[in-house]
Amino acid sequence: MTEPQTEPTGPTDAPPPASDAAPPTDLPPTDDAAPPVIELRNVSKTFGEVRALSGVNFHVNRGEIVGLLGDNGSGKSTIVKMLMGYHHPDPGGEVWFDGQRVRDWSVPRARSLGIETVYQERALAELQPVWRNMFMGRERRNWLGLLDVAGMRREAAALMLGHMGFTSSAVHPDNMVQTMSGGEKQGIAITRALYFHARLVLLDEPTMGLSLSETAKTLDFVRSIKEAGRSAVFIDHNIFHVYPVVDRLVILDRGRIAGEFARSEISMDDLMERLYLVARTGKLTE
Amino acid sequence: MADETQLATTPGPVTDLPPLLDPTASLRRQVRRNALTLATLGVALLMWLVFIVAAPEVFLSTRIYTAFATTTPLFAMVALALTLVVITREMDLSFGSVMALSMVGFVKVYGWTGSVVLAVLACLLVGALCGLLNGFLVAILNIPSLVITLGTLFLFRGIEMVLISGRPTVLRDPEFDWLRSLLTGKVGDIPNQVLWTIAMAIVLWIVLNRTRFGAHIFLVGDNPTSAQLMGVRVARVRIATFVILAVVAAFTGMMSAMYIGTFFPTLAEGTGALLNPIASVFIGGTSVFGGMGSIVGTFIGAFVVGAINAGVVSAGMDGFYTELFFGLVIVLSLVLQTLITRWMRR
Repeated sequence: MTEPQTEPTGPTDAPPPASDAAPPTDLPPTDDAAPPVIELRNVSKTFGEVRALSGVNFHVNRGEIVGLLGDNGSGKSTIVKMLMGYHHPDPGGEVWFDGQRVRDWSVPRARSLGIETVYQERALAELQPVWRNMFMGRERRNWLGLLDVAGMRREAAALMLGHMGFTSSAVHPDNMVQTMSGGEKQGIAITRALYFHARLVLLDEPTMGLSLSETAKTLDFVRSIKEAGRSAVFIDHNIFHVYPVVDRLVILDRGRIAGEFARSEISMDDLMERLYLVARTGKLTE
Repeated sequence: MADETQLATTPGPVTDLPPLLDPTASLRRQVRRNALTLATLGVALLMWLVFIVAAPEVFLSTRIYTAFATTTPLFAMVALALTLVVITREMDLSFGSVMALSMVGFVKVYGWTGSVVLAVLACLLVGALCGLLNGFLVAILNIPSLVITLGTLFLFRGIEMVLISGRPTVLRDPEFDWLRSLLTGKVGDIPNQVLWTIAMAIVLWIVLNRTRFGAHIFLVGDNPTSAQLMGVRVARVRIATFVILAVVAAFTGMMSAMYIGTFFPTLAEGTGALLNPIASVFIGGTSVFGGMGSIVGTFIGAFVVGAINAGVVSAGMDGFYTELFFGLVIVLSLVLQTLITRWMRR
């Protein structure tokens, strides 16, 4: 391993935006020298009699979006929960963050390191206005220790205009989240994660139950994670949603990693074929 | 989406006022945001007009308002604190028993030490402990609050009755005078109870709307799962709201006993004591489903309930009309609440 990296330091650690059409690369100037943002080494997870993960090695580089594909029961959600800090690896498995081993792995620890999760649903408080959701759990206060409501409203408005691309005067930071579309809601969740310097955004089936145009909007927000120089893991069944926005694809099958591809190495058709093959035989090639 | 990276990575102050904050749209938005409170105010004014038309000689003189101003605060303050609990999607039915049990703490400690100050502290401490127990049962053991606080309603009342053997205690020693005048005296023509209620409304408004704890109350009532994942300490927030309510209940118990000059063990027992605060909260537009509610609404709601109590009898109507009015106002308010909420969500 290279020298341990320091903790996220805020705005300065974000590299310039990369075009989403660009080939998957690590971000200059650290390039090859930079350790992955997160790495699971030889991780297994057993629940009673069931072995959900066995000997998994998984990593996400800086500025990289990794698609995690696999059938039901393949271990996708166990990996996500492991990355969230919700599960601890069985003895012998290790979690590394920024080139340093993290032993006290937990949800608060993962959050403090900048790992944010965006779910398919229930990520927002629907009866509350946008600005309250944007600052959920991290409300900004003034010198009196009271909430800086005006500041949070203004900031939420700026984010809605700048990052989320709202222009209509009908959308307002005071609007109840319930009045917004599914894609807009995911936009809020992703924007929130980026705004608070998430290093790694875990997208857990973020397009589930969304209409076509809402899905497109959500995928745009996923691209914005990369443009902001952050990393993401995109978990979904639907390869049509995952393939266009990721740099690398990792295929899980029955608790182990069946294979991985850079997107540039594999076409969508080829990927589909291999996924069917894995589901039938557990192997990527015949 | 040109400058999104800059926005996404710079949580500093934004200097340009975005066109989203268009002042022409802001009035409509203000109305929409406060629609529930405005509706409550409308119901209150409408009812007041009905009373004035029904009995102008009573409702255009000040006497009725003085009478009303001494009784309403006793449940208004409890209602204000109950609002916080209801916003977290919980309910507390035990506050009447907490009032009485806390007064046992007051009477006992005064008996042992002869110190009024210690008695006051003991009263508030007993209240806090009752709230802590309620909060623990609800937030840690996850027992539905409506059911468990029905249990503690009887439990606290039972402990109280046993400890005090069901006997009233006269509180007319001159040592109590300063406390009595502090809690129930007058400033000019205004009873101190009203001033305490206004002060409490202001403090709780600030707590709910301008503190991180208050923000978390809304989030816990709206979506506890996501609040938890975003780092809100959900159980702690719930317990805190129960403790605040119980301490406020202890305080009003003391105020009520000082006003009468005697602590009756049946203090705040019965449906009236239970119903008045709860009705005030719901008339005030706080949602039964959590996540929404307002201190100003409850404040107005309490005065609506108080006006019904005082007004019906003073207007020369039969006492039975109280229930009719109560029913009408509660049903009307809830219908309005539903319609307005639907409109707000559009």
